[in-house]
Amino acid sequence: MLQCHVKGCNANNFPLELQEVVLEQEEAEMNEDFLRNMLTKIEYDALVATCLKLDINDLPAAIPADAAYNDEFLQILHRVILETHIKSGKMVCPNCQHNYIIRDGIPNMLLAEHEV
Amino acid sequence: MLPTPDLSHLKRKDYEFVYEPAEDTFLFLDAFEDEVYFLKELQPAISLEIGSGSGCVTAFVGKILGESSCLKYCTDINPKAARATQGTAKQNKVSVDIIETHLVSGLLPRLEGQIDLMYFNPPYVLTPSEEVGSHSVEAAWAGGIDGREVIDEFLPYIKRLLSVKGAFYMVVVNENKPDEIREIMKNDGFDSSVVKTRLAGREKLFILKFVRTAA
Ligand SMILES: C[S@@+](CC[C@H](N)C(=O)[O-])C[C@H]1O[C@@H](n2cnc3c(N)ncnc32)[C@H](O)[C@@H]1O
Ligand SMILES: [Zn+2]
Repeated sequence: MLQCHVKGCNANNFPLELQEVVLEQEEAEMNEDFLRNMLTKIEYDALVATCLKLDINDLPAAIPADAAYNDEFLQILHRVILETHIKSGKMVCPNCQHNYIIRDGIPNMLLAEHEV
Repeated sequence: MLPTPDLSHLKRKDYEFVYEPAEDTFLFLDAFEDEVYFLKELQPAISLEIGSGSGCVTAFVGKILGESSCLKYCTDINPKAARATQGTAKQNKVSVDIIETHLVSGLLPRLEGQIDLMYFNPPYVLTPSEEVGSHSVEAAWAGGIDGREVIDEFLPYIKRLLSVKGAFYMVVVNENKPDEIREIMKNDGFDSSVVKTRLAGREKLFILKFVRTAA
């Protein structure tokens, strides 16, 4: 979801590559309307690719035609986007190699003065 | 009346490093309470608070919107504020994704045109320009010339981030020249209104609301 914004780093810089990731599961109430709403907003391929890197293999490679009313699919989507959190790790820019650190579940996108 | 979020986990010591909810914060909560009907109709899928500080406002908005109905993002430039927001989200059982960043750096272009609800209680106090740009508690108020330096840096992002139906709310004071801000936004294609005003000591506070002008 996040993007490198180091000055002059404008190409081939998405997605940031996740490394040394520690995941955390936290239960959340399921809301089908919200998930249906999200279907139009997410970039599904990018989501699947990110999940695979994190060894989350539950999502089908392509979005099911009946996604909005496919309970099993919505359940997986719910778990992935609402209940799975990155506790720590880093995000590395594939272009300029800048490391963005995630600590306590909070990504730090701040740059030093000379990088802005 | 909706209850004010539970902030009992934050202690005196925390407020040495993180902005303590004050009149501006509470006026913001009151404004959202007035806007309950609008917010429920809006049914935001993604919301974003810039400069969430203690996290009080997002916890409150989260309660209005209801659990799991919206992906809620917050940003703050102050790492301690980011952690305070996280604690407040937990305490009030509201799920929030918080990012330590300058305004919305790193969120574009992925969230371009995706935010249905956005709000900012910015550093609006008139200070010398040199005081702007800190990463600690001073960042909560230092607004530079006319208290507008951070506000003006942020305004151009609104048209990029808000979805077609999206709404943006912001706290300002009289010295920030609200009419001038509304004029700038008008040129960016936004209608504005004053949702609430209040006199708090010497400050005259306004809550401004912006939505895209209907084509
Ligand atoms: C007036 S306080 C409001 C805090 C909280 N939202 C409230 O209403 O009580 C302003 C907040 O904005 C944050 N802030 C200031 N400049 C910022 C920037 N450039 N990017 C992100 N956050 C910033 C401050 O750290 C502070 O938490
Ligand atoms: Zn980069």
